[in-house]
This record gives sequence, structure tokens and C-alpha cells, in this order.
Amino acid sequence: MTTTQNGDIVSLHQARKIYQMGNQQVRALDGVSVSFSRGSFWAIMGPSGSGKSTMMNIIGCLDRLTDGHYALEGQDVGTLDDDDLSERRLRHIGFIFQSFNLIPQLTVQRNIELPLYYLGWEAEESAARALELARRVGLEERLNHRPTELSGGQMQRVAIARALANDPHLLLADEPTGNLDSATGVQIMQLLEELYDEGKTIIMVTHEPDIAAHARCRLHMKDGRVDRIEES
Amino acid sequence: MKQSRFFRNIALGIENLLLHKLRSFLTMLGVVFGVGSVVAMLSVGEGASKEAMEQIRKLGSNNIILTSVKPVEEEGTSTTRAVMSIYGLTYNDFARLGESYPAVRSLAPVKLLRKESRLGSRAMELRIVGTTYAWFDLVPREIVAGRVLRAEDEERFNPVAVLTEYGARRLLATQSTIGQKIRIGGDTFEVVGIIKSESGQAGNMQIPDQDVDVYIPLRVARRYFGDVYTQYSAGSRIRERVELHQIIAQIDDIEHVEATAQAIERMLERFHRKNDYEISVPLALLRQAEATKRTFNIVLGSIAGISLLVGGIGIMNIMLASVTERTREIGIRRAIGAKRKQIIIQFLIETIVLSTIGGLVGIALGVLTPVLITFFSGMPTVVTPLSILLPMIISIAVGIVFGLYPAANAARVDPIIALRHE
Repeated sequence: MTTTQNGDIVSLHQARKIYQMGNQQVRALDGVSVSFSRGSFWAIMGPSGSGKSTMMNIIGCLDRLTDGHYALEGQDVGTLDDDDLSERRLRHIGFIFQSFNLIPQLTVQRNIELPLYYLGWEAEESAARALELARRVGLEERLNHRPTELSGGQMQRVAIARALANDPHLLLADEPTGNLDSATGVQIMQLLEELYDEGKTIIMVTHEPDIAAHARCRLHMKDGRVDRIEES
Repeated sequence: MKQSRFFRNIALGIENLLLHKLRSFLTMLGVVFGVGSVVAMLSVGEGASKEAMEQIRKLGSNNIILTSVKPVEEEGTSTTRAVMSIYGLTYNDFARLGESYPAVRSLAPVKLLRKESRLGSRAMELRIVGTTYAWFDLVPREIVAGRVLRAEDEERFNPVAVLTEYGARRLLATQSTIGQKIRIGGDTFEVVGIIKSESGQAGNMQIPDQDVDVYIPLRVARRYFGDVYTQYSAGSRIRERVELHQIIAQIDDIEHVEATAQAIERMLERFHRKNDYEISVPLALLRQAEATKRTFNIVLGSIAGISLLVGGIGIMNIMLASVTERTREIGIRRAIGAKRKQIIIQFLIETIVLSTIGGLVGIALGVLTPVLITFFSGMPTVVTPLSILLPMIISIAVGIVFGLYPAANAARVDPIIALRHE
């Protein structure tokens, strides 16, 4: 795979995203140029409306820029069509959401297996992989439960296991502790830190400073622009 | 690999449908009853027409059957006593048929008689057909024992009789009866054979050998019994003179049957002042029955089409609701990396599985119904492979056609919006 010289996993250059809301233009991203290097742990912070969710959608290949460039693992994805973007999400990115986004009708195992299903894995292999991941997040006893039978912390662990199923380099976490009490939130953050230690790149959106403190770098956004960057 | 994936997709589809058992069941009902009624109706229709066709085939599709009919205007005069009504086909008609139509391969004359008869100690009135050996070519039936009439019986005025199986049963005749004497009217005949007989009705035409007990040579019948038939009823005496009651003509080629029938009709019109005959063409009946069957099938097909359409709309309705309900699920799948095509396939498989299972249940129902109909009403029903295959194919097609729109809707879901969907 071609990578940029500095090994950036995510690289935005003059990124612009403009929404048309009625007859008003909303500049959700207004010329953002920023790079995240491989194996880093970032928190993106900022008040609501600052463009951090839009940034996550762009990085996560769920949305496309109006203008500018975005390179994921060194490859420009700005010109890709819907199918190719799906393919990027499938192979390169793991999503962790605030509201977990598990499919309630499916068991924990089936939820974890979901990316593997779209990757075309055989049933036995993906079952083995699901067991391995469930063990990794401490939920091997719960494989046959439905998400509704789990606590919030457990659901987020399942979501993390699912995000890891395709073994992505990049994990995107959108307010991963937003729906959890602080003690559980800390456990989830510990899990993310472990993954960081294992070499995953983590980009996390949060507005809680003590959660952001777990990240190694913090990017503050304001009005669709990068306000400041702090590294610890 | 590819195949296992196909079955896995189906298994996942079934798994998903089982999550909503009641809804899936209700969705299926439309197709179940649609397909069920199609199969049932087709088999009833098929049964009815098959019976009719079989009867017509027994008449012989190469044959033209001329029958003497007592003209309507004669009816009134019968109140006048001792008047003889003369009508029907004549020996001359028979001769002309044999001479002037090259397409006529053979001809059998039929003279019907009823005579008090006796075999051994058993006496009863027998229904007798005076005919020639040609009859046995035109109405081919299996010989049980002995022989049928021959040309020499005609030439030599042999007083011989061939019993039908039916007549033999009435007379308690067996194979050992052959060679014995039978009394017909005041005369003695020798039983030379027993032949099988058929019975039944085809449309408004009788099978030629229905209700026939015995065959004797026509010339013998003429010489012994004459052409005048006297019937006594309610104190009055009705005398009729009928030369031939029926003529069966066999045509050399099925292509010539209808044209020859028309030519014969024209000829008879010329020689008969009264409308005292009737021409029946089994082939025409057959064609008519086939046309009726076609119409019947078209009507059934339309009804089937409508009921399956209703079933399909039901499926589409539920699937559209299901897509809306599962917007978030679709969003999650898309975010994880499912392509639009894969979402389409997922939903399409669910509808196809629904309609296919519905179709199978419907076929089971549709096969069971004719069995019950036959059991309770005695109506013949025939379940043909086509009447199962066709609804099956249609029900799968219904799943595809009515699943496409909801599936396309599902694929249009924007994952960003869907993930915010509560």
C-alpha cells in the first residue's frame, strides 16, 4: 500500500464541507488541513456545531468533501464512489458509536460477525473470530445474548469487538462514553488505551475534558476550523 | 464458496423472518391463498376437461356420426292413431355416402331394434344393433371371446349374433355360450362372439355402443324384422319406419373430417325434405372442448394473476414498513461497510423466501383441496406438474417483483441520517 512519507493514516488538506440548509449555506468544515499519524490517539473536541461530527463522517468515509482532499492510508478517497467508500469502511475502519448501534435482533455473536459477513468469511472462521474478540473484551459468556439483555458498558464492549473484527488500523469513536456512567466510561477508555498500546490509531470525538485527557493529542475545533492542537 | 454463501444468505434471511414470526406468517398468507387457489382451480378444470376429452376420443376423432332424428313437426301427428311416421337416414343415403366421398374410408350402418330374446332359460328385451363388419373397425373394442361379424355373414345372411360384454352380463352368458343358440324375436341366431363395450356420454353425444346388448348382420335384421317398428304406448299404437338409425363414417385423414362433414350435410339437405337427421363430428366436439378449456384456463389465469397480485402487494406493503422500521439497522450495516447491492440482496432474499415458502404452503393446500373435492363430491380432479410448477415460478417472481421496490428503498438509506434515526 502506498503511504505518505510521514506515515499519516488520515490526512485532510483544505477540507471543506458545505451543507445547503434551506437558502442558508452551512460551512460545517471550512478549510481544515490536518494529519493524524499512524498509531496516534486523538481526541477531537469542540462545542456542538463546531464541525467535529462532520469531520468524523468524512474521516469515516460516510460522507464526501465538497472541496479539498482527504487521504486515508495514503489514498485519496475524495473521488471514490459509494461502493468504494463502503469498501474502505469495511476494510480500514472500525466504528464505535455513542449509542452503540448494535442490531437489537441479532445476538452478540452475530453483531460481532457482521463485518466478517460482508468480508465474505466462512461461518466457522467468523464464529472463531467472534469468540476471540468477545474474550478480548471480556464477554465470551454473552455470545448468545441479545444486546437488550446487556448493560450499557457491555454493549459498548460488543461494539468495540465488532469494530475490531475486520482488524482495522483506524478506530473512530464518536462520544464512546456519552451514554455510560463515569465508572463504566473509565473502563471503556482503558480498553481503548489498551488498543492504542497495541498500535491502533484512535480518533475520538468528545466534549468531556476528562475523557479527552485519555488521548495523547487533542484537536479543538471551532466554526468548522481547527482552533488549536495540544499534545500531552 | 459461492454456493455456501448463497445458502448462508438464505439462512440469514430465514433467521431474520423468524424474528417476526407473526408478521412473516401474515405476509405470507396472501401468497398462500393465491397459489393455493390457482393449483386447486387448475386441477378441477383439468379434471373436468380431461374427462370430457376422453369421452370424445372414445367416439373416434376421425369419425362422422349421422343419426336419425324424429322431426319435430311429426310429433303432433302421433296423436292421430295408426299413422306411420317415416323419417331418418335411408339405405340410399348409405349407398351415396359410400360412392361419392373419396375421403370416406369406411362406413358402418346402424339399425336399432328392441326384441324379446331368450338365451337358455333367461328371457328379456334386448337392444340390438344391425350392422356390418365395418362397425368393428370404426368402434374398435377388444374381443373377449369368439369373433365379430364378417363380410360373409352379410352375404350369406348368416343368423349370427355378437354379444357385448354388457349384454352378455345381462343374459348371464359366458365364454362357453359361444356356439349356442339365442332366440331373438321369433328367430334363432348363433352366438359367435363376445366383445367389450364402453359406456358414457361425451357432450351431448352418446358413445356408439352404449346400451347395446347384441350385434347382428344388418341384412339379416332387415330380412327378419323389416324396417317398421311398432310401439304400443298408453293404448295408442305408434308406427315408425326408419331404415337406418345411425351411420358412422370414418374419414381417411383428420384434415378431411370437417370438410367432408360439410359436404355430407349438403348432400343430406338435398335428399331430405324434413330435418330428420343430425350430424355430429367428435373432432369438432374435441376442438370445442379444447377451446373451452383454453378459455377456462385464461379465466383461471386472470383470477390467479389478480390473487397473486394482491398477495404481492401485501408483501410489498409489509416490506416497505419493515424497511422504515429497520432504517437504523440498515444504517449500521452500511456504516460497517455493506454495499447498496448487499442491502438490496438482503431484503430481496427476505421477500423471495417469504413468497417461496408461501408458494410451497399454497401448493400443499392447493393439492389437498382437489383431493377433498374428489372425495366429497366425486368430481374428477387432476393435478398436473404444470399446475404446480407454474404457481411456484409465479410466486418466486412475485417475491422478486414486489421485493425490488422496498429493497431499493432500503439501499437508498443514508447511513449518516439512519444512525441518528431513533
